[in-house]
Amino acid sequence: MEIIEIKNLVKRFPMGKGEFTALRGVDLNFGKGEFAGLIGPSGSGKTTLLNIIGSLDVPTEGSVTVLGRAIGKLNQKEAAQLRKESLGFIFQSYNLLQVHTVYENVEFPLLLLKLNVTERKKMIMDALEWVGLTDKVQSKPPQLSGGECQRVAIARAMVKRPSLVLADEPTANLDAANSHNILKMMENLNQELNTTFLFATHDEKVINYLHRKIFLLDGKVDNEEIIRNH
Amino acid sequence: MIKFLIKGLIRDKSRSRLPIIVVTIGVFLTVWMQAYITGFMGETIELNARFTHGHVKVMTRAYAEEMNQLPNDLALLEVSALREELSLLFPGMEWAERIQFGGLLDIPDESGQTRAQGPAVGMGLDLLSENTREVKRLEFERVLVRGSLPKEAGEVLISEAFSQKMLVEPGEEITFIGSSMNGSMIMHNFTVAGTLSFGVETLDRGTLIADIEDVRLALDMQDAAGEIIGFFGDGFYDDERAYDTIKAFNAGYKDDPDEYAPVMKTLSQQGSMATYVQMADIWAKYISLIFIIAMGLVLWNAGLLGGLRRYGEVGIRLAMGEEKGHIYRSMIYESIIIGIVGSVIGTALGLLLAWYMETHGINIEGMMDGASMMMPNAIRCRITPPAFYLGFIPGVLSTVIGTALSGIGIYKRQTAKLFKELEA
Repeated sequence: MEIIEIKNLVKRFPMGKGEFTALRGVDLNFGKGEFAGLIGPSGSGKTTLLNIIGSLDVPTEGSVTVLGRAIGKLNQKEAAQLRKESLGFIFQSYNLLQVHTVYENVEFPLLLLKLNVTERKKMIMDALEWVGLTDKVQSKPPQLSGGECQRVAIARAMVKRPSLVLADEPTANLDAANSHNILKMMENLNQELNTTFLFATHDEKVINYLHRKIFLLDGKVDNEEIIRNH
Repeated sequence: MIKFLIKGLIRDKSRSRLPIIVVTIGVFLTVWMQAYITGFMGETIELNARFTHGHVKVMTRAYAEEMNQLPNDLALLEVSALREELSLLFPGMEWAERIQFGGLLDIPDESGQTRAQGPAVGMGLDLLSENTREVKRLEFERVLVRGSLPKEAGEVLISEAFSQKMLVEPGEEITFIGSSMNGSMIMHNFTVAGTLSFGVETLDRGTLIADIEDVRLALDMQDAAGEIIGFFGDGFYDDERAYDTIKAFNAGYKDDPDEYAPVMKTLSQQGSMATYVQMADIWAKYISLIFIIAMGLVLWNAGLLGGLRRYGEVGIRLAMGEEKGHIYRSMIYESIIIGIVGSVIGTALGLLLAWYMETHGINIEGMMDGASMMMPNAIRCRITPPAFYLGFIPGVLSTVIGTALSGIGIYKRQTAKLFKELEA
C-alpha cells in the first residue's frame, strides 16, 4: 500500500529575476512501514522534497499525494490538519519547548488533537517508554543531554502514532554513540509500529541504517538502492 | 491548552516579566494620576469654589467686569428677593451671600494709639444665623487655632499668621479702616474671637472673616451683597452643569439693559480658574488615552522582541500542525493573562499610593509662597470609583493591542522555510 505517491514533481523557486529549479521531474512511491532516506549533497533537493511531502510547501508541477491527499490542492488549514493528525517531524536541532518539561513537550501534539487527560497520559507514557525516558518526565530540555533531547523529539513525533515521520538530518548534532542509539530506536519503532520513516540526510551513520536509499543529484533521482524490503 | 500557556508564562520570565512590569508601571501611573488629578486639582477647584468663586456666582454686570477690584459700590441690592428667586429657580442648589472687601487693620495699644497696622482682605459671610452652612462649608472649626468661633455680632476671625505678625490675641479689639459702599471712609471696631490657619497661602497672609450683617453695617450695605455664590447639591463642580445653570438664569435678564442687573458666571469664567478647570478636564479625559498609546507602543516592541525570541517555538508549532490563527489567538490569550495580572498589581499599587496621599498628603507649603491662586498646601489624592477601573481597562487593552500588532508576523511566516529555519 503506497502512502506517498510522487509523479513528475517539479519545484521552482523565484531567484532574483529568474527562477531556480530545485526538483526536476521526480517520480517516487513510498509504502507503509518503509525506512527510507533521501540522500544527496547540499542543494540536491532533499529538504525541498521533504517539505512538500510534509505539506509545508506545494509542488510547482506534477503531483504529490500523501495518505490519499493531494498536497498541491490542500489549503493552509487542510495542510495543517494533515500534519497535525498524520505526520511527525524530527529536526536536526530538536526544537523542544525549553520552559516545558519532557512530559509537556511530548503532550503538546496531543493537546492540538484535543484528547482527554487520561488518553493523553497513557499515550505520553507509552511514547516515553519507547525512547527510554520515563525517569525524565519532569526534567526540562536544558537539563538533558543532546541524545536525550533528540529522544524527546522522537517521542513527540511518535506520540500521536503518525503514519509518516519525516526526519531532517536527525543525528547531525549527536556523537557516534548517541546517533547509533537514536537510529536503532527509530528502526525499532518502524518495525514495531509499522510507521513509515523518511529521512533527508548525507550522514553516513544514518545511511547505513536505511532500508531504502534514494540518491538525489541536482533535483533528480540519480540512483536508488533497496537494502531490505519492508 | 490554557493550562499549558499559563505554565509557559509562569516559567518563561522573559515572556511574562517585562510585559507585566510595563503594564504594572503604566496602570500604576494611570490610577495614581487619576486619583491625583481628582484629588489635588479637584481640591483646588473646590477650595476656590468654597472660599471665593462658588460653583456659580451672581453679581451685577458692572461688578463682574471689575471683579478683581472688589468693587462694592457696584454690589447687588435687594439681595433677599434675588436669593429667593434663585432658590425657586434652582431648588437643588445652595446659595450664600458674600461681601469681599479690602482695607487696613489697625491694632491699638492700651492708650488707643496704633500699635500695628497692615493691609487685610475681608470676607463677610453668614456666621451667626441658625441655619448657616458657611461655617461647615469653610471648615472653620477644623482650622481654628486659638480662641473660638464668633458667637455674637462684632466678633471676627483673623488668620493665625496675620495675628502673629500683628501681635494680636483673641479677645483684643481691632479697627478696620476702609471705604463704604458709597465711597466714604469708614472705621469699624471688631473683637477678635479666634484665629484660623487655612493651610492656604493666599488666605493665611492676611484675612479677616466677619459675619455678613456686621460687614453690611460697617460698609453701609443694607440688603446688599457683592456676590451670591451657588453650590451644586452634591458638592462637586461640574463645568457642563454650571454652564447650563448660568444659561437658564441669564436668559431671564438678557433683555435688561441695566448695568446693575444680575449676571451669573461659572467658576471657570472667573479669574485663572478657566485654564485650571480646562486643564483638569483635559488631563482626566486624555490621561488613559496617553497611557494606552504609550504602553501599546512599548508592549508592541516587547511583543516583537518576544516574537523573535519565540521564532523557533512558533515554527515548531506550525510544523506540528497548529494553525496560524490558533497560535495567534493563543498569544492573545497570553496577553490577556499578562494584562490582567499587570493591571491588578498596577491598580493595587496605584491605589495604595493614592490612599497614602489621601490620608497623609505631601506638604508643599514651601512652594506656595507668593501664590495668587488658592491652592491647598498639601498634595492629596482622592480615590473615586473610576480609579478602580480607569487603569485596568487600558492595561489589558494595550497588552492585547501590542500583542495583536506584533503577532501579525505569524501570518507572514512561510511554512516552506521551516526545515531550514529550524536547523539553526
